[in-house]
Amino acid sequence: MTDQIKKAGRHVNQNESLIFEQSAPGKRGIELPPLDVPDVDPHQALGAYHVREGVEGFPEVSEIEVLRHFTRLSTWNYAIDLGMYPLGSCTMKYNPRVNEFVARLDGLATEHPYQPLELSQGCLKVLQLLLQCLTEITGMDTGTLAPAAGAQGELTGLLLIRAYLEDTQGRPRKTVLIPDSAHGTNPATAVLAGYEVENVRSDERGQVDIAHLKQAVNEDVAAMMVTNPSTLGVFEQRIAEASSILHKHGALLYMDGANMNALAGIARPGDFGVDVMHLNLHKTFSTPHGGGGPGAGPVMAKKILEPYLPVPVLAEKNGRLTLETRRPDSIGRVRAFAGNFGVLVRALAYTLAYGPGIREATEDAVLNANYIRKKLEGVFDLPYDSPSMHEVVFSDARQKKFGVNTMDIAKRLIDYGFHPYTTAFPLIVPGALMIEPTESESKQECDLFVDAMRAIAQEAEENPELVKTAPHSTRVSRLDEVTAARKPVLRWKPKATPATSV
Amino acid sequence: MRYLPKSPAERHDMLAAIGVQSVDDLFSSIPAQFRLNAPLRLPGPLSEQEIVEHFQARAAENARGYASFLGAGVYNHLRSVVTDSLIQRGEFLTSYTPYQAEISQGTLQAIFEFQTLMCQLTGMEVANASMWDGSTATTEAVLMAQRLTGRRRVVVARSLHPEYRQVLDTYSRNLGLQIVEVGFATTGQMDPARLDAALDGDTAAVVIQSPNFFGVLEEGHHAAERAHARGALLVAAITEGVSLGAARPPAGADIIAMEAQSFGLPPSYGGPYAGVIATREKFVRQMPGRLSGETVDTAGRRGFVLTLATREQHIRREKATSNICTNQALCALAVTIHLCLLGKNGLKELAAQNLAKARYALQELEKIPGVRRAFSGPFFNEFAVEFPRSVKLVNAALLREKIIGPLPLGGFYADLTKRALFCVTETTPRSEIERMAAAIRQILSKPV
Amino acid sequence: MYPSDYRYTQEHEWIKVSGDIGTVGITDYAQHELGDVVFAELPATGTKLEAGKSFGTVESVKAVSEIYAPVSGEVIEVNAALANAPELLNSDPHGAAWLIKVKLTNPAEVSKLMDAAAYQAFVSEKGTSA
Repeated sequence: MTDQIKKAGRHVNQNESLIFEQSAPGKRGIELPPLDVPDVDPHQALGAYHVREGVEGFPEVSEIEVLRHFTRLSTWNYAIDLGMYPLGSCTMKYNPRVNEFVARLDGLATEHPYQPLELSQGCLKVLQLLLQCLTEITGMDTGTLAPAAGAQGELTGLLLIRAYLEDTQGRPRKTVLIPDSAHGTNPATAVLAGYEVENVRSDERGQVDIAHLKQAVNEDVAAMMVTNPSTLGVFEQRIAEASSILHKHGALLYMDGANMNALAGIARPGDFGVDVMHLNLHKTFSTPHGGGGPGAGPVMAKKILEPYLPVPVLAEKNGRLTLETRRPDSIGRVRAFAGNFGVLVRALAYTLAYGPGIREATEDAVLNANYIRKKLEGVFDLPYDSPSMHEVVFSDARQKKFGVNTMDIAKRLIDYGFHPYTTAFPLIVPGALMIEPTESESKQECDLFVDAMRAIAQEAEENPELVKTAPHSTRVSRLDEVTAARKPVLRWKPKATPATSV
Repeated sequence: MRYLPKSPAERHDMLAAIGVQSVDDLFSSIPAQFRLNAPLRLPGPLSEQEIVEHFQARAAENARGYASFLGAGVYNHLRSVVTDSLIQRGEFLTSYTPYQAEISQGTLQAIFEFQTLMCQLTGMEVANASMWDGSTATTEAVLMAQRLTGRRRVVVARSLHPEYRQVLDTYSRNLGLQIVEVGFATTGQMDPARLDAALDGDTAAVVIQSPNFFGVLEEGHHAAERAHARGALLVAAITEGVSLGAARPPAGADIIAMEAQSFGLPPSYGGPYAGVIATREKFVRQMPGRLSGETVDTAGRRGFVLTLATREQHIRREKATSNICTNQALCALAVTIHLCLLGKNGLKELAAQNLAKARYALQELEKIPGVRRAFSGPFFNEFAVEFPRSVKLVNAALLREKIIGPLPLGGFYADLTKRALFCVTETTPRSEIERMAAAIRQILSKPV
Repeated sequence: MYPSDYRYTQEHEWIKVSGDIGTVGITDYAQHELGDVVFAELPATGTKLEAGKSFGTVESVKAVSEIYAPVSGEVIEVNAALANAPELLNSDPHGAAWLIKVKLTNPAEVSKLMDAAAYQAFVSEKGTSA
């Protein structure tokens, strides 16, 4: 570790084996209250065909061992609570703790989706208010809170388009246009919705090539899926024109709302020609990533798509809120029950905390990104010099000359106390460094990040091996992903002979 | 604003460093006609205290203080304070997907343990890091069977959760899959004779649920043998995971799609939960979802990485096994912690308590004139009952006693009016079972 | 470097023809661009191939590459060694790591492919990342 590194130092942390390796017969972590009804013999109750003696290999450990086990594991993770995640298009912002508190309230966390509607008005009011807020923020007319994540929101959105085309034009059409800069979920979703994918080029400013779009649009195109700002962090300046071109040919415009953190309170997709879009509540709306989920992917749409919304649809009848499932033109149900309610509560709490002031968060997010861009512009190659919004994309072109690539730089950034930025995406920038600080980062944290990146750029020139073999300060060094893929070991198995030491 | 760590002076300095006059200049790339010049009409801003009060007011408008006999895919089971405090640790709560393995070993090892527990529970060889929920996991399992067999037809038991069937329908419509339903016998189990009639050489999968929507345990081998004889796969959905503490997983299943909500996740009005797909090792490359694999680092130390990523959307794009990106990681972590706390004996005991409570409730109900069990097959903690009067009448009486009664089945199955689904778990005190039975006895004894 | 009795495609496959049987593989350039190979997805014997169309994939940890048929024909043999040792594609792409054997239905197609010298020139122009 060098003196250069100001943000992180060495710290002792605990080793920890697998929980199964600590298991011993007779230990238990939970004691149940005594049974207050007559006991039943499982053999008698279920019969020999069904009865099971116990789950083979299930761990037997005490409460303190479980607590220590997972506490130790937690200390091996980086987290937003520790510092910046400059991950592009992930919007790793502060997860407010009051959101955790309210989601756990007795009367919210405890409610069953099949309980009588008259005893669920509180839950339904949460859904209603969130939907109203999201409608206002996006400038759309209607929406659904059902989708479980962004990818499911994308699918729901495309299915709405499909249903609309079938209903109004008699056929769903065949293709969906997707920019070559798009996130992988976009083409994967288009296929799931029964469409073929055609790529649309980006122009020299990193935006959708409108000339290419004009060529590509025909009567077989159902929609274009666009991210705005794009995955380069650049606003699609001709998006309204793109929308017109699509509409003229009877197609619709879908917007991937992953980058909404650049727009909330500043501009509304409904105003610039978007027909349907999804939001990632675990990005823009602060719900925690939790190591990979849960999220929620509400879909917001223009009025023309309302008949096709997935069930259940929130409605008001005689002053009471209800969930409608009889909707003849609906695309159907995309998941059981009404949505990831616990996530929706958190998103509403976040929105209420800001109110109309949500614009300030967006301003600070864009301020941070542009500040970092300015400070690193001379140091890293900037493939597109269009104005950046909430994220900036550099490339490793300068460092490549010394044999150092974006992955290496990212790994070395870990030694400086940061989580890496997004590497190697978007695909249209070879060797990309995609940086999104979010509004949650102070000027100090941004400056520390800039200093770290500058130091690494220097190291790339003067001591490339140091960068190429990073990280040096973590519990484990670079892991053998090749063997993990060639010979996958995806679960723990007990040793064959108990006498062998672990 | 308390979530924004900048002083006005700092903003000013940063703008100067960038070389612009005001923050508005940073949005000049947005065409002027789209830039808002008035604040959005949104409620707030609220202080922390006001936020708490807002949601406390919402909570008061729900079913606090009510006893409940609802199950049907979402179960009231014990949860633990230890689990909840661990998942609230910032290093778990606020960490990202573990793509950068060196600083995500906590998450990756926990996922590996989750995968192991799921294999142990289901008896399968490999399990993924979670899907969104049981309903989408079941659908993805069917799509997996379709890819593996190259066939287009799916035979589905009518006793599979109605909402799960609806989700499957929504997804399969656009993929050219044909769904055929097979009814149930008087036991409540899928009727093997009807399955015979429905199977053909173009069947990719047979889908059952066990315990099924009526709480009845299916004898999996009936479906497995018939499916395999035709070159089809058996997909088995499990909505009540605690059943696996007393009952074997469905025999002969090739792919299991489980909802893990029962293991420490609150009902939370429908989500977030945690689905899981578990299957045979030979099918792993067609399985969707993330996978944590064991490996070593450059110094030979054991570590874990996300592996077999080429199945996933961020690499395979339009040829991916699924479009899933974000999954249910934190929920799966809660499940992992909860199952470690329960352990082998705890889960067995928990399951046994459920068996006992449900049987006690059924016994009390069957003492009421005119009330009898609707199906005869073996059950875990849910059973359907037939009433001599409408379920609406019964449930209205129960509500007056602050009891949420059983789920009326007539809404889901037109041929099952006057039947209702009871779920009784370890959380229902004997006194409430008795109070419930007494209220039902009373209402049914009143003249029509 | 590139065997003179093989023919090559622009997508970096090679084919060695003997009578009406062709042995097909990927070139050294391809394996180098791919990095450590972890898996090869190959068709079953009996599969009909069309020249220029994809018949399988080769995967590294972070990428998947389609493999395109150099000629039309029927797959008569698949290299079983690759299932357990995909790393052969890195160590011996022109030899032990052959992918499939094809019975050619249109031998004239072979003449459209590049010879070793042409292929060598083709990849030199591309420039390797070595």
